[in-house]
Amino acid sequence: MFRYAIKMLFGDSAKFYGILLGLGFASLLIAQQASIFVGLMSRTFAFIGEVGHVDIWVFDPTQSYVDEPKPLRETAIDRVRGVTGVAWAAPLYKGLLVATLPDGKRQICNVIGIDDDTLAAGPAEIVAGSLADLRQPDAVMVQVASSQQNMMFPAELAPGAMPAPGQRIDPKGPKRPVQIGDIIELNEHRAHVVGLVKCAETFTPGPTVYTVYSRALTYAPPARRVMSEILVKATDGTDPVELCARIREQTGYEALVPWDYSTRTLGYWMRETGIPINFGIAIALGFFVGVAIAGQMFYNFTLDNLRYFGAFKAMGASTGTLLGMVALQALVAGVLGLGLGLGAVSAFGLNASGGKLAFKMLWQIPLIAAGAVLIICILASVVSMWKVVRLDPADVFKGA
Amino acid sequence: MNAPTTMTSLSSASPANTAIRLRAVEKTFGKGESAVRALRGVDFDVPAGELTMLVGPSGCGKTTLISILAGLLSRDTGECIVLGHDLSAMRRDQLSAWRRDNVGFIFQQFNLVPQLTVAENVSVPLVLKGESVAASVKRANELLETLGLEGRGKSSPLKLSGGQQQRVAIARALIHEPRLLVCDEPTSALDAELGRRVMKLIRDRSHQLDRAVVVVTHDDRIFSLADTIAHMDDGLIRRVDRVQAAAVSAGGHGPLHNPDSNQT
Ligand SMILES: Nc1ncnc2c1ncn2[C@@H]1O[C@H](COP(=O)(O)OP(=O)(O)O)[C@@H](O)[C@H]1O
Ligand SMILES: [Mg+2]
Repeated sequence: MFRYAIKMLFGDSAKFYGILLGLGFASLLIAQQASIFVGLMSRTFAFIGEVGHVDIWVFDPTQSYVDEPKPLRETAIDRVRGVTGVAWAAPLYKGLLVATLPDGKRQICNVIGIDDDTLAAGPAEIVAGSLADLRQPDAVMVQVASSQQNMMFPAELAPGAMPAPGQRIDPKGPKRPVQIGDIIELNEHRAHVVGLVKCAETFTPGPTVYTVYSRALTYAPPARRVMSEILVKATDGTDPVELCARIREQTGYEALVPWDYSTRTLGYWMRETGIPINFGIAIALGFFVGVAIAGQMFYNFTLDNLRYFGAFKAMGASTGTLLGMVALQALVAGVLGLGLGLGAVSAFGLNASGGKLAFKMLWQIPLIAAGAVLIICILASVVSMWKVVRLDPADVFKGA
Repeated sequence: MNAPTTMTSLSSASPANTAIRLRAVEKTFGKGESAVRALRGVDFDVPAGELTMLVGPSGCGKTTLISILAGLLSRDTGECIVLGHDLSAMRRDQLSAWRRDNVGFIFQQFNLVPQLTVAENVSVPLVLKGESVAASVKRANELLETLGLEGRGKSSPLKLSGGQQQRVAIARALIHEPRLLVCDEPTSALDAELGRRVMKLIRDRSHQLDRAVVVVTHDDRIFSLADTIAHMDDGLIRRVDRVQAAAVSAGGHGPLHNPDSNQT
């Protein structure tokens, strides 16, 4: 009878496509919104993940997320180095500075200054040049291939060239991406591009510019506190979590392993912004659309077939068999609808990858969508099943 | 109710051959003011190998009666032995399995599933009994052939005429060779000629295979095909007439029969 149950489902094409569309749309909305949410939220702590080979981040105890500008005093680094178990501690500068390009265009940049000696916390992926080149005078490395703002130069200017006196450059003229040899000004200081890097997308506006810590301070406006974070490597055999506690105790600064710092950052954005609520609403909407459209359609489908179910019941089909038929119909519709929705989301994701849209389909997301579709199908089929259970086989002799 | 054929008393029916035996069966729908006494103590015997028609005015309890004897509805009181089983002692799931194995149904509305093919519709009782779809559909096609529907197995029931649809419904009722066939107004959607043909087919099968058939009908054109006609009124069987199919004389009323004296 299960084969016939499926034929009954596929045979009623108007309702079948309606159910499929409803479920597909619901799973699409749920999975797509969840993926964008995850993509967006993972940008909040992406920078922490990008800095490899670091055991501990030390920062101001009142700082709640990685990009929050609450710098430490210069002396902090020596206090951290004094804690037993610290193999090395490197300063990190992070700040938004204005770059001036040769054509006079000004652009906000996310400047990161890494430790002069160790060059720890350098960019994850160097496209051109080498990290050691940062030791050259005025050297910086600039982010390329970002989905957000890239640093663009007038196409007519060769790398390193400056406009000749009197040369007018059309601000709307053709552009080229930044290249090695290009020269920019950061806060009126010369910066020489020696490398190109790729970075994770973050919430910070503008292209990321890497340089060494000491040079970053010359670019940065003068201030008493400039050290954004201190990166710590534990000595061999030291438990990073225990070391965190020790640093906290001895210096008064906050110290967290990268995972905990990411969690703290994520927690801040989740708690303090409307982002989760907005996406939550969209996801809930998807769920209710699914219930409303697909559930309703499925129920109508069962209602249409009720007289046949009644005839089957009279003919001796057990209630269990009939419920199995309804459950199978719901399951098949659910699986196909889910496949449709997730397929659409994946196509969307492939399109969006590398684009401006944050999109990250964790493996849990299809499961969540599947769970939602399952709940929709169960809700719909339970109501339908109730009708089937209540069917009086004696009603088959009643008029239509 | 008049039948255009000669009738004799049912007392000639042999007890050994009894498929259905109802005694003092009562059924009331609803409670209190709105209660309807649909059956008020029905005695009814149906022999195997015969076609028994149940006739009577609308609302007299015919459908209620066949629902009870087919195991679809439970009686309130009385004895209800069908094919050797005391239906009133059976649980719901037992009744369901019993119907599946023993009863064929022909409904007034044919209740053919439009999404399934004709042969698939016919195969349902076999599939319900656990036979493979392939074997059941094959068997259905063979049966459809004997009913003059050869080559129609793969079409949609919606593509058939009313008469053809009813023959499909009959095939579905017969495919698992049930010992009891129950029909409610099976010919009401058919023209006179087709109605007679369909009813003759059912009767011949009943005779050949020794099956009990109960047909509820208003259709006096088919009365002559009955072996027995039971007249119902107001929740009781008032009279049972035996039809002599061979005799063709214009018949008057059969002898009024007192059900209470009709012990078998
Ligand atoms: N499920 C039911 N609920 C309430 N009353 C019913 C029900 N089924 C039948 N009846 C009533 O019982 C009486 C007999 O009905 P029925 O057996 O259908 O008569 P018939 O088939 O002879 O027309 C009618 O008065 C009908 O209204
Ligand atoms: Mg009726």
